[in-house]
Amino acid sequence: MRMPAADSRTLARRSEIVAALRAIVPGEGVIDDPAELRPYESDGLTAYRQLPMVVVLPETTAQVSAILAWCHANEVKVVPRGAGTSLSGGALPLEDAVLLGLGKFNRVLEIDYADRIAVVQPGVTNLAVTRAVEDRGFYYAPDPSSQIACTIGGNVAENSGGVHCLKYGLTTNNVLACEIVLMDGEVLRIGGRHLDPAGLDLLGVVVGSEGLLGVVTEVTVRILPRPETARALLIGFGSVEGAGQCVADIIAAGIIPAGMEMMDRPAIHAAEAFVQVGYPLDVEALLIVELDGPAAECDHLVVEVERIAFANGAVSVRTSVDEAERIAFWAGRKAAFPAVGRLSPDYYCMDGTIPRRRLPEVLERIRALSRQYGLEVANVFHAGDGNLHPLILYDANIPGQLEQAEAFGNDILRLCVEVGGVLTGEHGVGVEKRDLMPEMFSEDDLKQQQRLKCAFDAKSLLNPGKVFPQLHRCAELGRMHVRRGATPFPDLPRF
Amino acid sequence: MALPNSEADVIAAISDAVARNERLAIMSGGSKSAVGANIDAAPLCLAGLEGVVDYDPAELVLTVRPGTRLQDIETLLASERQMLAFEPFDHGPIFGKAAGAATIGGVVAAGAAGSRRLSAGGARDHVLGLRAVSGRAETFVAGAKVVKNVTGYDLPKLAANSWGRLFAITELTLKVLPRPEMATTVALSGLDAGKAVEMMAQAMGSQADVAAAAHQPSSPGKPALTCLRLEGFAPSVAARSRLVEALLVPLGPVTLLDDDTAKAFWSDMQTLSPLASDAPLWRINVPPSASAPLVGALEAEGGQWLLDWAGGLIWLAFDGDPDRVRAAAAAAGGHAMLMRGSAGLRSTVPVFHPPVPAVAALEERVRRAFDPAGVFETGRF
Repeated sequence: MRMPAADSRTLARRSEIVAALRAIVPGEGVIDDPAELRPYESDGLTAYRQLPMVVVLPETTAQVSAILAWCHANEVKVVPRGAGTSLSGGALPLEDAVLLGLGKFNRVLEIDYADRIAVVQPGVTNLAVTRAVEDRGFYYAPDPSSQIACTIGGNVAENSGGVHCLKYGLTTNNVLACEIVLMDGEVLRIGGRHLDPAGLDLLGVVVGSEGLLGVVTEVTVRILPRPETARALLIGFGSVEGAGQCVADIIAAGIIPAGMEMMDRPAIHAAEAFVQVGYPLDVEALLIVELDGPAAECDHLVVEVERIAFANGAVSVRTSVDEAERIAFWAGRKAAFPAVGRLSPDYYCMDGTIPRRRLPEVLERIRALSRQYGLEVANVFHAGDGNLHPLILYDANIPGQLEQAEAFGNDILRLCVEVGGVLTGEHGVGVEKRDLMPEMFSEDDLKQQQRLKCAFDAKSLLNPGKVFPQLHRCAELGRMHVRRGATPFPDLPRF
Repeated sequence: MALPNSEADVIAAISDAVARNERLAIMSGGSKSAVGANIDAAPLCLAGLEGVVDYDPAELVLTVRPGTRLQDIETLLASERQMLAFEPFDHGPIFGKAAGAATIGGVVAAGAAGSRRLSAGGARDHVLGLRAVSGRAETFVAGAKVVKNVTGYDLPKLAANSWGRLFAITELTLKVLPRPEMATTVALSGLDAGKAVEMMAQAMGSQADVAAAAHQPSSPGKPALTCLRLEGFAPSVAARSRLVEALLVPLGPVTLLDDDTAKAFWSDMQTLSPLASDAPLWRINVPPSASAPLVGALEAEGGQWLLDWAGGLIWLAFDGDPDRVRAAAAAAGGHAMLMRGSAGLRSTVPVFHPPVPAVAALEERVRRAFDPAGVFETGRF
């Protein structure tokens, strides 16, 4: 992976930078000992590692502002980090950058049940938001699989989803406001405890900006009353086509399930071998459909979904009768990644989205690629929203296999784009998919995105080397054609 | 006026305007043309970019050109028992015009969302992707045509509430959802604003999965009415109605509105017909719990109001001091938009609640990122 060349002048100033950070964050909040830096060398995309120049762990917005202002004035790059669970390398350190950890921002600041919001610091974990409100019957809806560890700040950066996002939305649909600090140290509040912004929807672009636009220091999220009940169906199909058509017919019947997950044969077998929850092994595709809401609604829809399943050739249908059984149905799906991990020393998790109707064809072509590369693959699929997670099995100890797995993965993502889908449904671009961005976007598209970056961070110091395959200087991107020596509209301010 | 029929025409019109140092006011159906200061910029009318590009009901995705009329889209979606869940509506009647002119481009650019915005999200939450022409006269695409995507910045979010200040949309991809099988409206009459907001908060915090919650105060011959709309499959709606009734019984007699009365109530929340049509109209967003004291204070000064979004949206007809409205909205933790007013008022009072300087500066830089020459800076806002 090609990262921006380290700036030797910055590296030469390391001790001065450490001292400047210590003047802002006293005590143990600045880490420069190489052994203590080691835990920060990678995030959830562990194939890439880089020791940061220095780690700083501020505790207040004022400290974050001072750190960024100093780095801005001294042209030092900054990489923000939450819990470091990103699967796309969004928090991968740079050799010549300060790693800014938000882990000490770990307090729930306020819960307002009348307005149904929680105000939290960015280092609070996703699950801790739900834990803070569940005794009153509320929860925070986005539920990325890493929710016990991942933080709200990281969720905002990555616009995290989860198995329930078809019905309840991604992070962006559940956040009302943020306090953010821009690279020059300016502290802004965007959004509010109300719906809709006064002006431009700046919050809408900050969410999902992968730590490139600002550092989030406070987040206001919506909380929801927990549904009265939930039931799940476990449906086996003799063909992927049958399972795919079942999903389409459920939606055509006006049903938006709380979750709708599909696994292919290799994933089913791996999961069953790992957790033994009674998944059928003689099927090509297994569908988990979860319905939530009032008991009367679930009872009604369970019958509907069963009818649709049989109409599409389901060979086995089980419906959970109690909470224990519902959880058991999910246990295999939730263990799918580690279960696949048992089959092989390493696996590589991909994250494309496709139009659902193309699923049978995409799985067939993934099988062909699997034969071509000589690497096994298991597929799990957020079937409701078309988000496909192929898991490529490889052994990093065999020279060349990591590169082969990555090449295979890139071919899968190109395939997703070719059929009308996207490079990433929920894991983010980071460094992992950065160089594939031109598969989906033209040079002009990417330049327009980078111009937005320039509006927030004109020196491109915040998390450089992520998302965009090619770095342009903002001055170059902002160049306008000046006619007859006159700038158009000289009355307008220029920033 | 420029009336392009293709994206190439849009590019030519913008490039031409930049070359001649002229500014362009992007519009389409004209239903909201009376918002903002009067301007002399040439209109760039996108009504000619019309029609559905792709609609696949099973994928929950619709791609349309911006000039497509909202009512045509709603008819198409209804034929597949689907809808735009944010309940977009036509602003025409608010300005004394017939409904029917509103186009999807204008609806999205204005972030126009109706009562269901409370539970289903706004226009911003349903824009998946777009093609647009920037103020550099360059085409770009952003987002995608699938419901789940985090590839690159979420530029489509900026389209909602942009009011044509960033780029000319040439194609929009929207998320669509199944239309509820049925809806029922549970009502309590005679509540004051404070009690109504409390009641709506209680219902929203329950497991009744309320789709919309609004309150109309009493008027001569009509008691105040607070309504909760429940939508979904019949057995579910019935169960949730019982839940809500049990919850609300201590507050007074609960009624189920008949279909015509319910339809009229929710339609009033879009046309705003209960409010004086000749007074300046404000759209105020606040935390729901802050709305009752605010409307109480402004009513005492002659304001008429309606509450939507469980109190989070106040429609206020008020002839008094604009600064008074803005100060009250800010004190309540929200903001006030001047939706309608005389030409004189609109020439002196900005449409949008003025942001703090740091946010104003960032918004300005974001506008320059799309429109470096300021070709869309018409002075309207």
